[in-house]
Amino acid sequence: MSSATPYLTLSGLEPLVVRPDTNFVNVGERTNVTGSRRFLRMIEEGDFETALEIARDQVEGGAQILDVNMDEGMIDGVAAMTRFLNLIQSEPDIARIPIMIDSSKWEIIEAGLQVVQGKCVVNSISLKEGKAAFVQQAKLIRRYGAAVIVMAFDENGQADSYDRRIEICKRSYEILVNEVHFPPQDIIFDPNIFPVATGMEEHKNNALDFFHATKWIRENLPHAHVSGGVSNVSFSFRGNNTVREAMHAAFLYHGIQHGMTMGIVNPTMLEVYDEIPKDLLVHVEDVLLNRQDDATERLLDFAESVKGDAKTKTKNDVAWRAQPLQERITHALVKGIDQFVEQDTEEARLAAKAPIEVIEGPLMDGMNVVGDLFSSGKMFLPQVVKSARVMKKAVAYLLPYIEAEQSGKPEAAGKILMATVKGDVHDIGKNIVSVVLGCNNYDIIDLGVMVPPERIIETALKEQVDVIGLSGLITPSLDEMVYLVKELNKTGHAIPVLIGGATTSKAHTAVKIAPQYDHTVIHVNDASRAVTVVGNLLQPQTNKQYKAQIKDEYDDFRARFQQRIEHKTYVSLAEARAQRLQLDFEKEPPVKPNSLGVFQLEQDLQTLVDYIDWTPFFRSWDLHGKYPDILTDEVVGTEATQLFEDAQVMLQQIIDGKLLHAKAVYGLFEANSNTQDDIEVTHEKQTYFFRTLRQQLQKSKGKPYKALADYIAPKASGVQDYMGFFCVSTGFGTAELAKDFEARNDDYNSIMVKALADRFAEAFAEYLHAQVRTKHWGYQPNESLSNEDLIKENYSGIRPAPGYPACPDHLEKETIWELLQVQERIGVELTESLAMWPAASVSGYYFAHPQARYFGLGKITDEQVQDYAQRKGISIEKATKWLQPNINT
Amino acid sequence: MNTLKKCLSERILVLDGAMGTMLQAYAFTEEDFRGDRFANHPVPLVGNNDLLSITQPEAIYEVHAKYLEAGADIIETNTFSGTTIAMADYALEDYVTELNVVSAQLARKAADAYTAKNPSKPRFVAGSIGPTNKTASMSPDVNDPGYRAITFNELKDAYKQQASALIDGGVDILLVETVFDTLNAKAALFAIDELKEERSSDIPVMVSGTITDASGRTLSGQTVEAFLVSISHIDLLSVGFNCALGADQLKPYVQRLGQHTQHFISAHPNAGLPNAFGAYDQSPEEMCQLIAPYLSDQLVNIIGGCCGTTPEHIALLAKATANHNPRPILQDV
Repeated sequence: MSSATPYLTLSGLEPLVVRPDTNFVNVGERTNVTGSRRFLRMIEEGDFETALEIARDQVEGGAQILDVNMDEGMIDGVAAMTRFLNLIQSEPDIARIPIMIDSSKWEIIEAGLQVVQGKCVVNSISLKEGKAAFVQQAKLIRRYGAAVIVMAFDENGQADSYDRRIEICKRSYEILVNEVHFPPQDIIFDPNIFPVATGMEEHKNNALDFFHATKWIRENLPHAHVSGGVSNVSFSFRGNNTVREAMHAAFLYHGIQHGMTMGIVNPTMLEVYDEIPKDLLVHVEDVLLNRQDDATERLLDFAESVKGDAKTKTKNDVAWRAQPLQERITHALVKGIDQFVEQDTEEARLAAKAPIEVIEGPLMDGMNVVGDLFSSGKMFLPQVVKSARVMKKAVAYLLPYIEAEQSGKPEAAGKILMATVKGDVHDIGKNIVSVVLGCNNYDIIDLGVMVPPERIIETALKEQVDVIGLSGLITPSLDEMVYLVKELNKTGHAIPVLIGGATTSKAHTAVKIAPQYDHTVIHVNDASRAVTVVGNLLQPQTNKQYKAQIKDEYDDFRARFQQRIEHKTYVSLAEARAQRLQLDFEKEPPVKPNSLGVFQLEQDLQTLVDYIDWTPFFRSWDLHGKYPDILTDEVVGTEATQLFEDAQVMLQQIIDGKLLHAKAVYGLFEANSNTQDDIEVTHEKQTYFFRTLRQQLQKSKGKPYKALADYIAPKASGVQDYMGFFCVSTGFGTAELAKDFEARNDDYNSIMVKALADRFAEAFAEYLHAQVRTKHWGYQPNESLSNEDLIKENYSGIRPAPGYPACPDHLEKETIWELLQVQERIGVELTESLAMWPAASVSGYYFAHPQARYFGLGKITDEQVQDYAQRKGISIEKATKWLQPNINT
Repeated sequence: MNTLKKCLSERILVLDGAMGTMLQAYAFTEEDFRGDRFANHPVPLVGNNDLLSITQPEAIYEVHAKYLEAGADIIETNTFSGTTIAMADYALEDYVTELNVVSAQLARKAADAYTAKNPSKPRFVAGSIGPTNKTASMSPDVNDPGYRAITFNELKDAYKQQASALIDGGVDILLVETVFDTLNAKAALFAIDELKEERSSDIPVMVSGTITDASGRTLSGQTVEAFLVSISHIDLLSVGFNCALGADQLKPYVQRLGQHTQHFISAHPNAGLPNAFGAYDQSPEEMCQLIAPYLSDQLVNIIGGCCGTTPEHIALLAKATANHNPRPILQDV
């Protein structure tokens, strides 16, 4: 008698009983970092208060269970799950309903189970890693008092047919009920919802197989339930919500008929079954139930006709040319069409009293429309940059006339200084913000990259700028920003400072930068916010109030942040070392590289194209989503496609014209680790020391505290191990090309060149790594992987880069440079902040051990900083400066 | 253990009354609490009732004997605060195992003596496992609702140590009681489940929650039904409520509990609500009158008393139960 009733019962502060007459249990799915970008951003920024509002909305919107997922590489999943669930417990109107702890990582699931008093659902476990792990996890779940979702997944993969589904579910059920004594009513199967209407013959029965498997489970596995993620089924109709909503509703209808009791579905993406138009429903059900051989083709055809607002192609459509002048100008700006811009500007100039009025009148009116559309989320960054290009061309056309009349430049809304700080060379984001602010009528003084603080301050004062924008990508730039703000404070000027760039964060800004400045500092990480923020800062009536409000917000944020970090505990370095990752180098002996030593090469670009990971390319333009799905995304798909097409054109030009040059140097050496986390590398009889850092943040029992040195055989083992190093660059030629475009008022393509050069550099790193694995080192001679597999890192071994989570310390780059003679051989330099120049460069290590995995170092204690300084023979001050972002304070 | 289940199927079992209330009458001083053994302990020990099992064992035995004399079938060990977490206030963490073993042995000795006197009425010892003074799902810091003063694992480890020592001392039952925060109870149940597996023990477990006020919820906010769902994953002998309320206020919640479970039901209410001085005024007769409907409505299998109850209360209760049948176990809920 392990439970009082044969019904599935769960609880928050109140119970939830799933009875036979319960129609369907609705699981709220917005508090999921993998499904909601907005939620992810809040968690990343530590804005748990707003994140709680999302949870509250879900409950108020009728969710009966709240799914919470914190599976994202950049966040500490265990900490985020714990904190968020703890906060939910103190909100009675949210904690009312049961929690679904959703993670693919057991330690996150367990962290969740340890903080919720009610009976949760774990989502999910499976036989994927074998029976032993499955039994172990199920046993603990029962002991924690939770129900469980079991995926139809086993050692041989995910079930994709009716037979496999029932085979795996039956086996899982028998193990759970007979061996673990898991209450059968607490078992919920997820028999995998896969897309239909993909055009593939083998997908035709996907929905039907799910329905039949559901029915079989309900009839043959007593008391067990069935759930699933519904939106998968309509995957191939992304961009056509009418069809998707109908598919979800019809799928649920039939799923429920077959015994489905629970499901994860976005209520805003769900039509009422009865309100689906008859003809659409017939087509949808033909597909779901595979009633017609050509059901897919027919639904596809029909889908075209019900596409909400079928988008008309503007490319060759010149009907807009017949519109009045202002409409044409606005249209050209909004659509970014520069074909007729001089013609229209000339027409406007002739009609105006003075040429300056063309800018202040029709052009600014058009740009205001762009600004409105952008701020309301109806236009996206690449489009705005194109609008700016049109604007710049129009202004360039007018300038000679304005100068001839000596009527001066038009009045700008404000003057803004932009700079990438000393030691840093990354400027794509900064340039985008400059362009966007520029087209909102701000006068931009762009000081470029690697700008010393004295020059920033001097220029700001001389030019009497209204706002200073600082950008940086590498971690040492964070300290540069703190220093700059400190110096600026001494001048007594109250110029607001904006902080942006990949490693910056609201937390760092609030905790480290803001306290150094008596005036306003704001973290702005995307271009659309920059416009609003600057607007608020310069608004004469309300800016005082706004600044005060920002100050309060950051003070508050800082206070909360400091409270939060106090709860973490760390183990001593000795303890961490004692519990290091212990690999068996006897069982998996190191493979000796085919050739040892340093090698250098130049690479043709065409080969690298296949190795490009496009997803980050879109991200650099503030378009978020995975390639290639992003091209058909409901919201940004059209813009992403356009951007991608433009990129392809530029890519071809670069390759045909050999406009960029790809160079690399790499080395493979004998190496062993020592007892103090160093890797000792031997080259030409000389020993080089790579100082690795070890995790210290307390983990659950039995989990190792990792350092990269663990992946290399210890000296004491007597096993000879090896390690590789590399630096690739595709940046040679980028600056010249970008300048060329800027001279032609074409920021869009200037940014494009840099973004593509970055992609080439990453592709080169990927390509070289594959070559090293299969040939130069040759520890995986028979590897054959698609680009997608490469992006997912489905290969053996890793290539961590200094400055990234596993080895956040940039100082080790100096050792790489010395060992490989990087600058002498291929010309890539290190700046004073240890950024690589040219910017489109990647450097790092190769570890070949099959158990080598990427990990995040996390925070370390002063003890390790001192130990590191001593090992490296540098002062504690210097070590502290470079390790600052990782030191627990 | 079959004896216990057999008894439960035949009649209502009577649990003892308050230990603390009885010990107050002895008016022990700081020196009494310390005894010789803790004469030089750096921290004041007065008020640490659990410690009296070591320093004043005769008194503890005497209280047990009085309750057994009054007719109690089950007596609770003097270990309500016997965890490293609760003992930290007295800097006595190192003595937790000993405290529990000794307390269990005292109760065992008393119970066995009475069973020997009348073998047809076997007596049982329940190892009392209190809630500790920290809560796992509530923050003590109003400014940071996400903060927790204790983790699940810390609670689990502390409970495991206590439960293990109680079993070593010879208890028949483990009683997780006065559950304010269900997550604490879940940590205790997790520990007990682990322990049962490790020791191949099938010791029965009772859980008793506390409804703090007229809202009808636990301190951590759960309704009666949600509380029940949250602890039902472990094989339990009984569930019930104790403390905080008098018999009349507690009754509707005990009744609701019974509607949803096949477990045996227990209740040990306070002797009314405390008066302005924190004492309990309800007389044995008054309390017995309020308990009468529990019996006539067949709501309980185990009945006893919590704060303010004395051997006189228990004697009257024992007498009253004799004329009533226990709550029947529901076959289908």
